[in-house]
Amino acid sequence: MAKQPDINRLKKIAKEVRIEIVKMLNCAGSGHTGGSLSMVELLVGLYFYKFKCDPSKPLCSTRDIFVLSKGHGCPALYAVLAKMNFFSKEELCTLRKIGTRLQGHPQIGLPGVEISSGSLGQGLSIANGFALGARLNKDPKRVYCLMGDGELDEGQVWEAALTSAHYKLDNVCGIIDYNKFQIDGRVEDIKGLEPLKAKWQSFGWEVFEIDGHNVKEVAEAYDKAEKIKGKPSMVLAHTVKGKGVSFFENKNKYHGVAPNKEELEKAIKELETEK
Amino acid sequence: MEIKMKPTRDGFGEGLVELGQTRDDIVVLSADLTESTRAAWFKDKFPERFFAMGVSEQDMMGTAAGLALSGKVVFACTFGAFAAGRAWDQVRVSLAYMKTNVKVVGTHGGISVGEDGPTHQANEELALMRILPNMTVIIPCDAIEAKRAAIASASYPGPVYLRLGRSGVPVITKEEDIFEIGKANLLKDGKDVAVIACGVEVYEALCAHEALKKENISARVINLHTVKPIDKDLIIKAARETGAVVTAEEHTIVGGMGSAVSEVLSQSCPVPMEFIGVKDRFGESGDPKELFKLFGLTADDIVKAAKKAIARKNARD
Ligand SMILES: Cc1ncc(C[n+]2csc(CCOP(=O)(O)OP(=O)(O)O)c2C)c(N)n1
Ligand SMILES: [Mg+2]
Repeated sequence: MAKQPDINRLKKIAKEVRIEIVKMLNCAGSGHTGGSLSMVELLVGLYFYKFKCDPSKPLCSTRDIFVLSKGHGCPALYAVLAKMNFFSKEELCTLRKIGTRLQGHPQIGLPGVEISSGSLGQGLSIANGFALGARLNKDPKRVYCLMGDGELDEGQVWEAALTSAHYKLDNVCGIIDYNKFQIDGRVEDIKGLEPLKAKWQSFGWEVFEIDGHNVKEVAEAYDKAEKIKGKPSMVLAHTVKGKGVSFFENKNKYHGVAPNKEELEKAIKELETEK
Repeated sequence: MEIKMKPTRDGFGEGLVELGQTRDDIVVLSADLTESTRAAWFKDKFPERFFAMGVSEQDMMGTAAGLALSGKVVFACTFGAFAAGRAWDQVRVSLAYMKTNVKVVGTHGGISVGEDGPTHQANEELALMRILPNMTVIIPCDAIEAKRAAIASASYPGPVYLRLGRSGVPVITKEEDIFEIGKANLLKDGKDVAVIACGVEVYEALCAHEALKKENISARVINLHTVKPIDKDLIIKAARETGAVVTAEEHTIVGGMGSAVSEVLSQSCPVPMEFIGVKDRFGESGDPKELFKLFGLTADDIVKAAKKAIARKNARD
């Protein structure tokens, strides 16, 4: 029988990761709260269920590859990597401080971080490069690439979308954190993306549209994507920016603002009592 | 003696084919300029290691980075204007910042592109590339050097920018000459003035050397094929021993090779300097030979600049 996701475990981990994220951001005093909280289940469903890696050998050649294209969401990635034991949890509080490996946007060199990012729109091309490299190396690895919805305004994303489909990169699985907000406001007001599923389909992608906070749907989407042959897959995940903390949810002010002490205490209380 | 003319892009194409034969980790990408960049010569022999990227320079740089992170040595080929201009942020973040093993190949550098005109004449990319940390910038002077630069850069870790030309240029180096990335070559000794040149201007500098000799002026000629990392020692020695320097490049004098030389000399051995290059303007269409006259890039222009630099030196004494 195929491996089944342990839903309760994944939910519990997601909650713990959120708590680490708000703590880390408060400790740093700056950073991107909203977009880190919206991507939590997308990462947890990947790393704690699907992803092939060995945290004690982060560069092991058979590992799967995760490319964080929306680099500003790195607090979520750092929290997950620490939880996976790529590095110690103590290091999380060094976020954004002088000398840290946890730069304000991801930098190669921190175990588990595959690319340096922060300039939006570049990740999918790099993921394609990894996928072509894997094909040349006859390596069955899968390559995942997480993007923001605002990030999709970048032309390079669509250049890359053509490349993945043209080269039939079925080892590529894109993920869109469709939280409906970018810095200047609602995505639909700034530069609408709809019909987004149809756009990716017309670009030659298989699209799985899911609730990005439902770990079961997330895990199953990665399972289904793996079975698609001859074309790349996209997990189009509907999410809530700031998810998990009522006063951050859909409050775009918290796109790039970290919780202060008072907000942190309230946030942790909410996250801990959430069922 | 008759001079053989050959474009540097042809030397590069030969180098790629040789690399393909000797190493199986070489991968080549091209942004819809496969014939023009000579990437086609590799593609014909090793189609499974060539990927057409379409007119998507930004995507090409990212794809190259991913391939490089998978253990490949990647040559990403397009025109210099587009490699550095259109895809500069991708070069900055996905190549330079990450130190990925990608060799960016920019052909059609400088006004010698000729008739296609200003949009296609890269006169700014040496500056755009050399200001990036971790980037190596090479501009071969002829087809032989271009071939050797291609081969050497494959074994040189990290991102490299290779600046090549479209038109035939005199073949002046020999297969047995030493070529080492970061080590400039002293071509002619001289004591009155030093002409530091790169690319096709090396040939013009050699012609200037002969012309100056007839007037009893002894001009040292240096081929600064690597703009970054720059060979400080040879440059400082030349300035110290001659007391006057002329730089010559087929590129804007704002931020290019001459600027790099003056950054070295102003700190370590300030001497009068003259700059031969494109004078803060865009190129234009025309026959390359005529454009070189119009833009002041000929041996004659170097001769005049050399005399001016010497006069300024003498006025200081
Ligand atoms: C190329 C580039 N332009 C601008 C920015 C500044 N910036 C950071 S986040 C962001 C909005 C991104 O929106 P989205 O992708 O929806 O991210 P999320 O909502 O998940 O935080 C912008 C414009 C950037 N990082 N990179
Ligand atoms: Mg968003």
